[in-house]
Order: sequence, then C-alpha cells, then structure tokens
Amino acid sequence: MDTTSEARPVTPAPGASGWDRATAATLAVGLALIAVAPFVAYPVFVMKLLCFALFASAFNLLLGYVGLLSFGHATFFGGAAYVTAHAAKVWGLDPILAILLGTVAAGAMGLVMGAVAIRRQGIYFAMTTLALSQMAYFLFLRAPFTHAEDGIQNVPRGRALGLVDLSDPAAMYVLVATVFVIGMAAIWRVIHSPYGQVLKAIRENEARAVSLGYRVDRYKLGAFVISAALAGLAGATKALVFQIATLTDVAWQMSGEVILMSLLGGVGTVLGPTVGAAVVVVVQNYFATTGFPVSVVIGLIFIACVLLFREGIVGTARSVRARRAARG
Amino acid sequence: MTDLFGVPLPVLTGQALIGLFNGAFYALLSLGLAVIFGLLRIVNFAHGALYMLGAFTAYLMGEAFGLPFWALLVVAPLAVALFGALIERFLLSHLRGLDPLYGLLLTFGIALVVEGLFQYRYGVAGRPFAAPPALSGVTNLGWLILPHYRTFVIAVALAVCLGTWLLIERTRLGALLRAATENRPLVEAFGVNVPLLLTATYAFGTFLAAFAGVMAAPVFQVGPFMGSNLIIVVFAVVVIGGMGSIGGAIVAGFALGLLEGLTKVVYPEAANVVVFAVMAVVLFFRPAGLFGKPA
Repeated sequence: MDTTSEARPVTPAPGASGWDRATAATLAVGLALIAVAPFVAYPVFVMKLLCFALFASAFNLLLGYVGLLSFGHATFFGGAAYVTAHAAKVWGLDPILAILLGTVAAGAMGLVMGAVAIRRQGIYFAMTTLALSQMAYFLFLRAPFTHAEDGIQNVPRGRALGLVDLSDPAAMYVLVATVFVIGMAAIWRVIHSPYGQVLKAIRENEARAVSLGYRVDRYKLGAFVISAALAGLAGATKALVFQIATLTDVAWQMSGEVILMSLLGGVGTVLGPTVGAAVVVVVQNYFATTGFPVSVVIGLIFIACVLLFREGIVGTARSVRARRAARG
Repeated sequence: MTDLFGVPLPVLTGQALIGLFNGAFYALLSLGLAVIFGLLRIVNFAHGALYMLGAFTAYLMGEAFGLPFWALLVVAPLAVALFGALIERFLLSHLRGLDPLYGLLLTFGIALVVEGLFQYRYGVAGRPFAAPPALSGVTNLGWLILPHYRTFVIAVALAVCLGTWLLIERTRLGALLRAATENRPLVEAFGVNVPLLLTATYAFGTFLAAFAGVMAAPVFQVGPFMGSNLIIVVFAVVVIGGMGSIGGAIVAGFALGLLEGLTKVVYPEAANVVVFAVMAVVLFFRPAGLFGKPA
C-alpha cells in the first residue's frame, strides 16, 4: 500500500469500547427506522436493502479496516445463497439452519480464497480476488446443484425453528431485521475489539505491525474469513427473501456493486456502507423500470465517487462536522 | 492417422493453434496493461471496453464508409487511442499520487459506462464482421489444418509484441519511459514533458487493446460485452506473468492461451478455469509472478 498517498481517511480513534452518546443515539434511530420502514415502504424492498446493507458492511470490514480491496465478494454472497437455497429446498433443512450453513460455507470459501489472495497486496490483491471469484463463477455454472442459468428457484421459506411460518411477510421481515442487527453488531464488535485495533494498525503501516511482532498474514486471513462469512450471511438471507439463488449473485458485477456501495457511503465508516447500499438499491430500482442500462448510472456514480467524493457520504458528513466543531 | 494421447494429431494441433490464437489476444491485452501500469501505476479495468470499442469502431466505420479491413486495422485503433488520450487527460490525470486502487475503480466505472451505452444503443446481439477475402480459406498440411486468418493474427500479434518490446527496451523513447517509471521528478528535471508522456503511454496501451479488438472482430462477434469477461482472464495472465514485466506479459499470454487450448482437448470442462487455477498455483509458490521482481 502506498503510504504517502492521502488514500483512505483515518478513522479517529474512538474510546476504548467505542461507546459514546452519538453511537447510542445512532443505534436508537437505526432501530426505530428498521421498525418503521416496512410500514412506509414495500417490505420486500426494505428486506432487500437490509441484505445489501449487511453485505456492503461486511465488505467494508475488509476494505475500510484492513485496507484490502476484494473484487471477489460476490462469490461469498452468491455462494452462500446457493448453499442455503439447496439446503432449504432439496434437504428440507430448517431455514435458520440453512442460513447458518450458507454462512459457514461462505466462511470456508473465504478461507480458501483468502489463503491464496493475501499473498499479494493492494492492486494485486484486488486482481487476484477478481480472478479467483471468476473461477468460482465457472465452477458454480458447472456444478449440477446450481442448475446453471435457471438457478435454484421456488426455494421454500419454511418454518423457522419449526414454529414460525416465514411465508408470512411480517415473520420474514423480523427474521431479516434480526439477522441484519446481529451481523452489524458482529462487525461493530470486531472493529472495536483489540483484534480490530491490530487490523487498523496493519492498514496504516503493515511493516510496523510486523516489526511489533504481529503475524500479519493470520490477522488478514482472519478478517477475510469473517468478512466472507458475514457477506454469506447476507446472501443466504437474501436467498430466502426472494426464494431464488442465481448466477447474478456470484458474477463479478455484484462484486463491483458492493465496492460502489462502500465507496459511495464512506469507506472505513460503520454506517457508510448501509447508506451507500440504500442509495444504490434505490437507484437500481428506479432505472430498472426505465429501460436505460443501470450499469451506465452505476459507472457514472463510480467515476464521480473516485474523482470528487473519495470520503463518501458519511465520511464527508463527518469531515464537515469535524471542521465545524474545530471552528467552534 | 497418427494419434497422441489417444487424440488424432490434426485435432491436437488444431486446438493448439486455436489456443495460440486466443493467446495472441491475451498477449496483446496484457502487454497493453503492463505498459500502462508500468508508467501510470494504473490497472486499466477499461481495457476490455477499449478492446470492444476497437471492434465496434471498425464495424461501424466499415458499415458507414465501406473501408477495407486493412484500413480499418489502422484507422479504428487510432480513433480509439484518441479517445484513450482524452480519458487519461481529463479523468485519470486527476488521480496522480493517490492509491493505485482508485485508478482501478475509476477505470472500472469507465468500462461500465462505455459498455452500458453500447448495449443501450446497439443491443446485446453480436454482429458479424467479415474477414478480408484474401485471408479466407485454409491450408491442409496433413498433420495441421491451417486457417489463414487465424495464422495471420498469430503472426501479426507476435510481430506487434516484439516491436513493442524493442521499442521499450531498446530505443531512446523507451529508455525515457523506463526512467520516468523509476524516478519521475528527475526525468522532469531533465526537461522531459512527463504528463505528455503519460497521456501518450495510455493512448498507446489503448491502441494495442483496440488493435486486438479489430483483429478479434471477424472471429468473435462484435458485441458490447465481448471484452468484459476477457479482461478478467487477462488480469489472471498479468498476475501470472508479473505485472511490471513487458516480456512476461507476452510470454504468459501466448503460453496460457496454448495451455487453455490443449486443456480443451484433454479435459474440456476445465478449459474455462485452467488459467485461474494456474494463477492460484503461481501465487502460492512465486507471489511476484513468473517474471516479476519480488516487491
């Protein structure tokens, strides 16, 4: 990584636990929004948004806090969706177990991809993950259980723990919201743990972290696996929401989208990816009805983000607030 | 009929030739990526889109002005190179001194926009593009069936690769390029217009991509996404060859094309993934790539 560049904004060191009044207020507002959203917007749309928000946040754990740009996260998102869909449909597994199985599978895929990819850094890491995920794409295309172009369709949502019928939209929403909150809490916990501090140290100055005696490769691989598993959790949940798992979710375009969500919202901020995911999902929904290719809009946002807007929405807001505070 | 590994010889040599033909495109594209990366420190994700632009420009110019293939082979890449120069001048030049990842993301955005606009205007269906009549037909050597056009492409790609290598390794201009890669401020202090050099380099890399695109047009159909999957394979080729190495890009390009072609004979299911599998193995044992210097 180029240490002389202005690259990533440095996150101001939070208190030991990361708790303060602003965090508590954000948490309260966030929970309230999640509770109110399905009454204001179309519930399936909100569920989609929550899945992508968790996906982007999991991705950002790697880019924002370890400084590794993965161009292969679609493999974990879509791969977990396949596993969960197959487990729920063919094996008739309990939906909760199916989601967990998808998450574990994504973690395992992360272990394999990570073990190869962390041997290079920066730009090479990005290219390597992209190539490996393209390889995974072809394997998914060939594997009999994914049904190639058809995908796994009509996945039953089933009864969670044998009790709650998830075909009821309200029950499904509660499950998705719970998964989202648990996933975000896990990410928050990792970032604010001593482990997360070491990750940030690696991001800021890898050579220094090595010289302090940290086994950098293990930390990176660990973060990669956690990020992959959480991306998988998001994909697994999405498979149950839409009752389908397809090649779209493992294609490289999906990896590109999740990068954009993070970048747009603010790399290295806890809430940025969620904000970015919301914007991207809304834009996609809007342009899906116009016949104009969404990829052009996505590409333009990419260009604008990189040229004008590298801190993203949340990052820019934070800088503005910090500047105001400094002015008194 | 002679057999080798239970495969008739003409089939084997035929697939090897197709492999080399694909390898010619890998080599031309990874060479362009290596040239651009060498000086600009940008991994040009738009390379696949520029390759597509080359093919499409040739197709559209052929339709509009009825130009012959030989003219298109020069004019279309030049037009795309001009577009590349504009991209460098107005977009990429703003990224100097930033983390190289931003260059990857910016060019990724450019690729999405360019490919999306062509999809919007021309649809996704492939368009046929005729090979020059002089190169249609095949020669049967008995042990090898030689399609003229494919042979021509392999020969031209080899010549262009060699020429580029000579230009960069053996001329004064190439020496300047290499010097600017090593120590930019010093080269600037000698009065060299480095920003112009950067723009020219990007335009040259673009020219190579578009040139490959025009040569690909008669064989692969001309469509907006003809370059989008290819670029990922080429990334793998570049990782295998070693990013900074011009010679490595050329050798790895042809070698992996050949390997892919032969895999199609022996175990067709693996043909799509063999390049990526090789990449994983190379990364494990030689993280800097086969021809790269350790970072």
